[in-house]
Amino acid sequence: MRPVTTVAVSVDAKQTYVAEFASSEKELGGPKWLRAVRKKAIERFEALGFPTQKHEHWKYTNLATLLRLPFKPAILGRPDGVVSENLEPFKFGVLKTSQLVFVNGRYAPRLSYLRSLPEGVRVASLAEMLRSEPETLQKHLTQYARFEDDPFVALNTAFFSDGAYVEVPKGTVVGEPIHLLFASTSRELPIVAHPRNLILMGAGSQATVIETYAGWAPDVTFTNAVTEVAAGPASVLDHYKIQREAETAFHIATMTVHQDRDSSVSAHSVSLGGSLARNYVHTLFRAPGGSLTLNGLYMTGGTQQADNYTRIDHVAPACTSIELYRGILGGKSRGVFNGNIYVRKDAQKTVARQTNKNLLLSSEAFVDSTPGLEILADDVKCNHSSTIGQLDENAVFYLRSRGIDEEAARNILTYAFAVDVINQVKVAPVRIKLDQLVVSRLPRGAGLGETL
Amino acid sequence: MLEIKDLHVKVAGKEILKGIDLSINDGEVHAVMGPNGSGKTTLAQVLAGRVTYEVTGGTARFEGKDLLAMKPEDRAREGVFMAFQYPVEIPGVSNAYFLKAAVNAIRKYHGREEIDAMDFVTLVQDKAKLLGLDETFMKRGLNEGFSGGEKKKNEVFQMAVLEPKLCVLDETDSGLDIDALRVVANGINAMRSPKRAMLVVTHYQRLLDYVVPDFVHVLVDGKIVKSGDADLARNLEKHGYGWILEETPRPPQAARA
Repeated sequence: MRPVTTVAVSVDAKQTYVAEFASSEKELGGPKWLRAVRKKAIERFEALGFPTQKHEHWKYTNLATLLRLPFKPAILGRPDGVVSENLEPFKFGVLKTSQLVFVNGRYAPRLSYLRSLPEGVRVASLAEMLRSEPETLQKHLTQYARFEDDPFVALNTAFFSDGAYVEVPKGTVVGEPIHLLFASTSRELPIVAHPRNLILMGAGSQATVIETYAGWAPDVTFTNAVTEVAAGPASVLDHYKIQREAETAFHIATMTVHQDRDSSVSAHSVSLGGSLARNYVHTLFRAPGGSLTLNGLYMTGGTQQADNYTRIDHVAPACTSIELYRGILGGKSRGVFNGNIYVRKDAQKTVARQTNKNLLLSSEAFVDSTPGLEILADDVKCNHSSTIGQLDENAVFYLRSRGIDEEAARNILTYAFAVDVINQVKVAPVRIKLDQLVVSRLPRGAGLGETL
Repeated sequence: MLEIKDLHVKVAGKEILKGIDLSINDGEVHAVMGPNGSGKTTLAQVLAGRVTYEVTGGTARFEGKDLLAMKPEDRAREGVFMAFQYPVEIPGVSNAYFLKAAVNAIRKYHGREEIDAMDFVTLVQDKAKLLGLDETFMKRGLNEGFSGGEKKKNEVFQMAVLEPKLCVLDETDSGLDIDALRVVANGINAMRSPKRAMLVVTHYQRLLDYVVPDFVHVLVDGKIVKSGDADLARNLEKHGYGWILEETPRPPQAARA
């Protein structure tokens, strides 16, 4: 058994954040309604405390190191040293995107640029929106990601100062992807950031949003991000989250999606970086006819931990959710997949399919896979499956028998395992980038040559 | 080209091959026939280098080199090719990528540079035509969702592209209907050459109606009990393996069908 986070550590860390809030409450600012929400959130956080491994949803992930480190928010106005060249590796080759960059959770206008966007589309800093249109935000911000049961959402809600605001008005199609790039960096002390994003898709609108989380070793950083999405009737959103923080980083992210009638959302989470990475995706069908594709790829090595917790709520009838998460674990790394699908009493004609497949590349890698379905309706089509395995030695032999050396054979088969998820990426330059990232993480993967 | 002497092989602790002697020269086609469980597939697999097969005695030399000491990939690079009885399905790796990786691995071993992309396309198209494989086939996942016939055609297609010196065909006729059998046999025959040898492992005579062997060996209980020419195969087809089993003095413990 792995050690259980001690209560003593949690209390210390908790009190540090609570004290931090008390001293920085004024600077955090925002409109009056938000200040009231923040207060409630920190109170709720104080009551909840950090989760321990006794908590059902945190059973396999040890937060001890995260809670032991004295993270501080970045000091406003102090140079962070991030220049445009640092961000190049996190872009997507020839892909033309509008790009908003946030460094340690704050908008960096000097690194950002907006290309021409259709009329009415807004891609902006949340902090600016809070200043200019606090009432617009009140209707949505903090309305989807609930902090009542989640200490990390509570913490984010108490502390966030900035993030991305994306609004696509009714009937508008945004052709080029919108890239939100979150860079985490620290100089001397460990730095924490709480970026908060809000994506509002009007009725019949369409857009592609990419969130990239970037960082550089040996910076010790903690990113506690929350993204809220409201997908209006018949809207189409393709969302990609690519987590490439340093292996010295801690990453906890929550994404909450509310889907209206006939909306179509695809959300892809690719988790490559971080000492500890936790991705919580919560989606909810609140009107009939919605469809959701939920994909994930986690690829870890060394002593990395990647924890994926997903929850799909079929509240309304006649919605379809297809979930596919794949994990590739090497070294002594740890992976978690905890998938939960709830089909409520009135959610007849639900179709829900959940698949989790894991590939262990070393005898010391470890994964916990817990698929789950809770069905209260009776006219539904639901299934789930989960596998954990190693490379098929017959396949390795087959490739070797054609002259391909053993390492290359193993690399090819490992890459092939990830391909199901990567091939569902609709934006070609993003797909190519992910191909390269996966290949570059294989032992001497560069030898694999061109895209498979 | 291939010289096997007193080869003994164990699989999962059990002795399957009990002293095989077989000599194959350039240009010859040898068929190894035998009832189920006689060790035919073991012979093919051990030549290709399957690691789970334990060689407990004897030698196999390929062009004078110790074949059994080589890694499977080096055997392929030296010119040994085995067509699998059960080719593996590998979704996510296209036939084109796989074959190009194989071609280049073999070229690299011989100190040659990687194949030009256009040359590769031309090479592949010519050989695909021979096996009646269409263009979409190269883009599909390796053997992914292929019918039994397509898989076997793909094996012979790979063989045609890689141009090995020694082709080992393991039950290549199994699971083929008569049309597919003809196509596969034509592919194999097109590769017959004075410089290339073949070892055709099969349970039935029918492939040998098309790919007529120079020599036929009958394998029973891990040993070659009879050798002859193509007529031997025809006799086996007519009379079954029974008459050979009766003719052959057998050790008492070897009472398996």
